[in-house]
Amino acid sequence: MLSATGSPTVYPEEKAEDLLGPLQEKLCACIQCGTCTASCRNAHLMDFTPRRLWRLVLMGQTEEIFHSKTFALCSACYYCTLRCPRGLPLTDAMNLLKQLGAKKDVAGYRPNARFYGSFLDSVRRHGRINEVEFMRRYFILMKNPAIPIKFTPLGIRLLRKKKISMLPNKRKPEYPLDQFFQRVEKLENQQ
Amino acid sequence: MKYLYYPGCSLEGTAMEYDISTRALFDVLGIELVEIDGWTCCGASAAEAQSELLSIALPARSLAIAESMGTSIGDILVPCSACYLNLRRAAEETRKDPDLLARVNQVLEPEGLKLQGQKRVRHLLDVLSNDIGAMGLAEHIHTTMARYLVAPYYGCQCLRPYVVFDDPEAPTSMEPLILATGAGVHGWHMATKCCGASLMNIKPEVAQKMVAAILSGARGADAIVTVCPMCQVNLEGYQGRISRSAHRDLHLPILYLPQFLGLAMGIDRRALSLEMNLSNLSAFF
Ligand code: SF4
Ligand code: SF4
Repeated sequence: MLSATGSPTVYPEEKAEDLLGPLQEKLCACIQCGTCTASCRNAHLMDFTPRRLWRLVLMGQTEEIFHSKTFALCSACYYCTLRCPRGLPLTDAMNLLKQLGAKKDVAGYRPNARFYGSFLDSVRRHGRINEVEFMRRYFILMKNPAIPIKFTPLGIRLLRKKKISMLPNKRKPEYPLDQFFQRVEKLENQQ
Repeated sequence: MKYLYYPGCSLEGTAMEYDISTRALFDVLGIELVEIDGWTCCGASAAEAQSELLSIALPARSLAIAESMGTSIGDILVPCSACYLNLRRAAEETRKDPDLLARVNQVLEPEGLKLQGQKRVRHLLDVLSNDIGAMGLAEHIHTTMARYLVAPYYGCQCLRPYVVFDDPEAPTSMEPLILATGAGVHGWHMATKCCGASLMNIKPEVAQKMVAAILSGARGADAIVTVCPMCQVNLEGYQGRISRSAHRDLHLPILYLPQFLGLAMGIDRRALSLEMNLSNLSAFF
């Protein structure tokens, strides 16, 4: 099936149940009441409202889900989770879609995935986030020299306030977590 | 009284004034903050968007170190709401799910760490309002803040999804603390509305609209006080641009709660790092 934008099938090799199974399990008690949508500050920006997205998940409509901007626009405010009358873990469900979007390298979600990926690379190397390093890596990954300009006014003010430094700070302690990350990856792949 | 202290990455960088003012405040209160040795990043909003196990294991690492520091120091105090939620989530989820706890410990074991679930994770606002309280603060207040009307901003993650110390929809825990300084509390509807969080980096036009609504809601107040570095930077970092696109002047001083309380307690402005805030705080100098 083609999505509204006419893009081709994203996951020809995967059955919807395999991909969405854990999510469907989490959401199967949804009664489509719309409380989540009514609680979401970002719903008006989403192409599918949260309620409709959950319906698509239960129907296994993988393509529509991953072509939609809905999960990328979730800012994790936890209002829907708090208010859902069935007590469903909806913010976690949005996170699961973000994880799948990153793993499957869904085109529309790529900037978000790269942003988070650059962040975690920095954590993996230093144990704590080095804000400047991770932003720089993010811009390089995005191959979009126009992006940093958007950040420049704030960047300059942060530099002026000496809150960030363009020089790597040698005195800061380092807690490399590469092996820790490797153990997590190994255990997760065993699943 | 002593707390284990988890500052988190933001408080070492763009939010260092939150760290500095929190330490200054507790110093005056005579409460010791013992930093968790070799704590690491909580995963922020990145780990949960990439890997389920990582989003629990990363904060669990710092929790396990905190446990290894012994039982003589009390709860873990966390000023950053995002760190607080991640640490709390790791603690709660591993408590509920023994399989998850076993997997997390498999990751931790080669480092000689083991999570047992002994420590409580507390937000700074929880500790200030319940352990210290307005009464506890009152004896340290030297300067009345009566000329200020303050809008308390709670944001999301210290209130939701874990309902621990306040009403997640209509919180009030900051009010007695603000009133104790002599200041007034601005009544408004935006106190728990999301600031956009990391959408500010990924979808700035969306997040800036969210912040515009919050700043508009605070009109009439002299300042907004926050308890989260992400809220703080979103509320104060883009006021010029937001004012231009809203065709209205939405500039407003934004302070961390410990900075505001510290002023009332007569702590030196430099010791509260007021000069590091990105919003214009001249009304407080
Ligand atoms: S609030 Fe819960 S039950 Fe209602 S539509 Fe949303 S997910 Fe379904
Ligand atoms: S957690 Fe996400 S989906 Fe739920 S209400 Fe908040 S922004 Fe909307």
